[in-house]
Amino acid sequence: MTVLCLVERDGDGAADASLRALSLARELATSAGGDVAAVFFADPRTSGDNGSPASVPARELAALGVAEAYVVTAGSGYAPAAWARGLAELAVTRAAAAVVAAATDRGSEVLAHLGAITGQPVAAGCTSARWVAPGYCELVRQRWAGSLLEDAALEATLALVTVAADAVPVQLAEGAAAADVKVQEFQPEIADADLRVHAVESAERSTGISLATARVVVGGGRGVGGPEGFEVLEELAGLLGGTLGVSRVVTSQGWRPHRQQVGQTGTRISPELYLACGISGAIQHMAGCLSAKHIVAVNTDPDAPIIAHADYAVIGDLSHVIPALVAAIRERAGAA
Amino acid sequence: MEILVCVKRVPMVGGRVVVTADGQEVDTRMSGFTVSPHEECAVEEAVQLVERAGGSVTVLTLGPPEAADQLRDMLALGAQHAVLLETDGREWGPIATAAAIAGLVTRRAASDEPPYDLLLFGNEAADTGDYQVGIRVAHALGLPAASGIKRLTLTGDGTGVQAGREYRGTQETYDLILPAVVSVKEGINLPRYPSLPGRLRAKRAKIEVFHPDWQPEGLRKTGLRLPQETSGRAQVLGHGVDAVPALVALLDELGVLS
Repeated sequence: MTVLCLVERDGDGAADASLRALSLARELATSAGGDVAAVFFADPRTSGDNGSPASVPARELAALGVAEAYVVTAGSGYAPAAWARGLAELAVTRAAAAVVAAATDRGSEVLAHLGAITGQPVAAGCTSARWVAPGYCELVRQRWAGSLLEDAALEATLALVTVAADAVPVQLAEGAAAADVKVQEFQPEIADADLRVHAVESAERSTGISLATARVVVGGGRGVGGPEGFEVLEELAGLLGGTLGVSRVVTSQGWRPHRQQVGQTGTRISPELYLACGISGAIQHMAGCLSAKHIVAVNTDPDAPIIAHADYAVIGDLSHVIPALVAAIRERAGAA
Repeated sequence: MEILVCVKRVPMVGGRVVVTADGQEVDTRMSGFTVSPHEECAVEEAVQLVERAGGSVTVLTLGPPEAADQLRDMLALGAQHAVLLETDGREWGPIATAAAIAGLVTRRAASDEPPYDLLLFGNEAADTGDYQVGIRVAHALGLPAASGIKRLTLTGDGTGVQAGREYRGTQETYDLILPAVVSVKEGINLPRYPSLPGRLRAKRAKIEVFHPDWQPEGLRKTGLRLPQETSGRAQVLGHGVDAVPALVALLDELGVLS
């Protein structure tokens, strides 16, 4: 029983979300005594990789207990329907019972195409999955981006599963890791129609601290009161080596741009510290900061929902607390 | 340019989700309904495209008779026509939903009315997050599809669209020849508030109703539950500016003060 797992690259390695998807793929495979084969795609435009077997991060795979990998060439870059076609062909060649991918933009999109091509259902946003009988999986998946969980049954000849990566830990293999990773090349037949939608990437990369990976995020919500109130929050973020994040009401009021929005329909953050100021804590916002290590809330309302999610709280008006905090940090730095 | 925008009626949830006693649904007795945020942006994008290029916007939903409320909300934002694919209360999965939408588009293409040039979807529904209905519709109709889109422009000759999104710090652009399917994300625009004349027009507008066939799917919900709460309540560091020394000490302990 083989489980294929689509792996996205991050530099020379596998993307963190894909390592988590591989972990769930292994859980699924193990439930039926099977194995996982990691699937990479040649993607010279995004990753600079031409799809050579040597490009596969074998050590990372071995640590996860994955002993087999494929490098698939389906076009010369990212074309979602072509990647799905490649996975469909490989699934037939290997008589695979499941295909797993991280629920990223690419992973979700490729599996949706694969579902349409094969006529199979896709279970999106899963946090666990196991076979209880051939062709029959029990799984748990997220609803409302993780504010609610759905227990589900998946009956399919090819189980298609995307993984809610921020809710699934990376599981290193127990005992001795696989010594060798066997890498094979695979060249599916791709029709022109599957290549007609393909990504053209811009040369420039965005710079600065990215919200998704920032170590500290200072958040501002409705309680900030207006566009001018964000200046002091940005100053604080700068002092803490972090960046500004905002709630949905802030972007829908036009106070800040949408790229700064934290939440289900914005960016998902995973900082060491999320300092949420004047944010009530609607579930759509909290879904975006589930992975924050520590949440500190500054809010005038001690009964705001965010107080139940935060580790620490300051009950008070942010327009007084934050300038005083900035002054205290500056004073401390000056004294040091 | 004829644009079809597909939206989904979802519960309006705020501070917390409440599950019904039988563990099968979100309790909506106290909340009401709305459309997913990505979809509201899809409607706004369609209205803006038609304002520039001419044509009309049709908004579609699949759901119970009450989903007409959400269609009227979208008509108030500037859509001209509305279609309700009415269901009988059973849960519809993405495969059946896509088949019903594709069926409607095919029926339109065979009619005397102009066919749809562009099918817009929200990237994924706020509740189920399935991320697939638009792509399944595209395959059923043999159309090109792009998803996760945050930039959309009509080409100069009007025969195609350029759709863009971010991937790992770079901008990706997709060229699609119309007719095409595009799934958009919040942030592509800032949806307008409905105007009073818009609301009045929406109230009077006719909604076309069809009754598509339901089909069972391989993915079935067995129950809903809330995730385990990891924390109970925050430790209160203090009130107002008096809490600042404790806050500084905490930031120091967390290692975020340089």
